[in-house]
Amino acid sequence: MRFDSLLDSVGGTPLVGLPRLSPTDDVRLWAKLEDRNPTGSIKDRAALRMLLDAEKDGRLRPGNTILEPTSGNTGISLAMAAKLRGYRMVCVLPENTSEERRQILRMWGVEIISSPAAGGSNEAVRVAKQVAEEHPDWVMLYQYGNPSNAAAHYDGTAREILADLPSVTHFVAGLGTTGTLMGSGRFFREHKPDVKIVAAEPRYGELVYGLRNLDEGFVPELYDETLIDARFSVGPRDAVRRVRELLDNEGIFAGVSTGAILHAALGQAAKCVREGERADIAFVVPDGGWKYLSTGAYEGTIDEAEDRLEGQLWA
Amino acid sequence: MAIELRVPTILRTFTGGEKLVTGAGDTLAAFIDDVEGSHPGIKERIVEGEPAELRRFVNVYVNDEDVRFTGGLQTGVKDGDVVVVLPAVAGG
Repeated sequence: MRFDSLLDSVGGTPLVGLPRLSPTDDVRLWAKLEDRNPTGSIKDRAALRMLLDAEKDGRLRPGNTILEPTSGNTGISLAMAAKLRGYRMVCVLPENTSEERRQILRMWGVEIISSPAAGGSNEAVRVAKQVAEEHPDWVMLYQYGNPSNAAAHYDGTAREILADLPSVTHFVAGLGTTGTLMGSGRFFREHKPDVKIVAAEPRYGELVYGLRNLDEGFVPELYDETLIDARFSVGPRDAVRRVRELLDNEGIFAGVSTGAILHAALGQAAKCVREGERADIAFVVPDGGWKYLSTGAYEGTIDEAEDRLEGQLWA
Repeated sequence: MAIELRVPTILRTFTGGEKLVTGAGDTLAAFIDDVEGSHPGIKERIVEGEPAELRRFVNVYVNDEDVRFTGGLQTGVKDGDVVVVLPAVAGG
């Protein structure tokens, strides 16, 4: 496959069957390998689309500085795209994200502003909004509220899955900015409305939820609950267990959030088997495991891995 | 057996610091009312309005499934179920 530049190679990722983890011949699981994007994560899709759309409508002009709150992957994707198109990049990153993600961001030339660990990405968003006020000339693409984020999955992720697997019955993805689920959900509602849209949401340790008032929570502006059919909360124990099963049974080395998504997909598969329904369940592998080696998720017992993930933003 | 409520840090002022409290009921609404009986004040931090609805930035899960997709406060619950209450947080 030949492309004019790295940016042109975003998307078009493989959808691979999981013959060992699929429960029966009638209930099958399919993994969309988003780690095959240029910087190794699904966020290349959203980052590129947000950047190109902002250039198109004039919000972003040569020499501008881009600011973004991110727990890592979006920052890495934006940094790559920004470097190739000539922008300076500043990220607001929670303190409790993996060291690999920080190193990779610095390698791409990103300037990092740290936000407090307690509160997780909510805090990064709050700090970024504050920084944006102090620097009105900086451009915040703001993945949580930018329709281009969802559009990347409407035109890419979901469209590719339907083309490769016309018999798809379920789409399972992680819930973070909600961009993957909103764009894909809208695509399937319009093009194959019987496809069930299932969200897997990481459940972190208590530190991440902080001591904040319950009224200070955060729901991304993109989120529209009518576009999904079920939403599951998955803790680090199940995520680690599943990410190891994926490696042991199918040879796929994925990031920890994939474990959470696979857990929801397997739950859905078991339900279909119980109810005697045929199912082709497509789920997203947002990234590979490389950036999470230092979290200890892949070594030792599940108990040890669970302890090590406590307080970290593992998805 | 009873139904178990995992209490988020911020609401433990109502449970004397306990992370885990139990209650009974056939629906989530009845269960929350029951918990309110033994831990007064906790209910209005989870639900609001009349008829009662979940507060916007509060997520409630029964056995890990978000109740907004299973009937909201009318979601059926039974002995042995685990109810988790969490503030909404961002990802990405």
